[in-house]
Amino acid sequence: MAPMHELAVTQSILDIALRHAERAKAQRILAINLVIGELTGFVDDSIQFYFDFLSRDTLAQGARLVFERIPPRARCHTCRTEYIPPDSRLWTCPECDALGGEVIAGREFSVASIEIE
Amino acid sequence: MSFKTLPVVEEILSANDRIALENRKLLQGYGILAVNVMASPGAGKTSLILRTIEALRGRLRVGVIEGDVAGRVDADKVAETGTPVVQINTGGGCHLDALQVQNALKKLPLDEMDLLFIENVGNLICPTGFALGEQLNMVIANVPEGHDKPIKYPGIFAVVDVLVLNKIDLMPYLDFDLTAFRTAIRALNAGAPLFEVSCKTGEGLPAWVDWLAEHSHPLDVGP
Repeated sequence: MAPMHELAVTQSILDIALRHAERAKAQRILAINLVIGELTGFVDDSIQFYFDFLSRDTLAQGARLVFERIPPRARCHTCRTEYIPPDSRLWTCPECDALGGEVIAGREFSVASIEIE
Repeated sequence: MSFKTLPVVEEILSANDRIALENRKLLQGYGILAVNVMASPGAGKTSLILRTIEALRGRLRVGVIEGDVAGRVDADKVAETGTPVVQINTGGGCHLDALQVQNALKKLPLDEMDLLFIENVGNLICPTGFALGEQLNMVIANVPEGHDKPIKYPGIFAVVDVLVLNKIDLMPYLDFDLTAFRTAIRALNAGAPLFEVSCKTGEGLPAWVDWLAEHSHPLDVGP
């Protein structure tokens, strides 16, 4: 049962980190480096909060979560210009004024690496 | 004592994605079109499903998975129509995940279905990250919630395959700017069709139902 979005996700982060650490015969996980696109809507503090709780008595207890946030990027349908879409406003190409664009970054959500000893 | 960085590069939701893929293959094997129905609470997800079931009677056999935090109000409404339905209660969870859907699929008569609606938990944020095994993602916006929702929740409006705007019968009573809404939708998602309907009056529903019926026969290659 997941009372909040971030809890289920945090369990997945922990599972992935532990699996890789155990395979590498690590004694301890010191940090987990995450890549999170800003369009995914996950909240850093909330993930760290759940992580501290879920990681108790595991190799990852006390590990630091390092968030690399990826800003959204769009590619104009008309002139192919890549741009950072504005927050809470219409997505309009800064070069040709065309409306809209294809999302090419901002949906990332992965564990990039872990720091172990 | 030595420290080192171990590359992992693994999608955080890969476990969910794997199960979603299994669901998708299972459903495709039965020739079932699965639709992930997303919207804010009260947008009319169940109403649209009920209206669509009614309109498709005799054309397509429908099954429904109902996702709610608690209760089986929606499932009971669907069951009254004689449609097979499974209720999932997330107990506080804000979205459905692929494992819940996998378990629900075991309780549905898949060999007697052409179309599956998976009604997600009412929420415009969380469901988008979790694939369930669907072939179509849809979002239902509605007139009372205002024309600015696409701009405020771009994540969901940008990724869906089809959009419905419900409760258009209320347009005369509210300050809903339809042009601004359509413009915002086109900006975020140029390719997805938008159906403007009222589940109350039935306006606009035939176009939606026909579109869905066409997409329900991916294997039919007719002239």
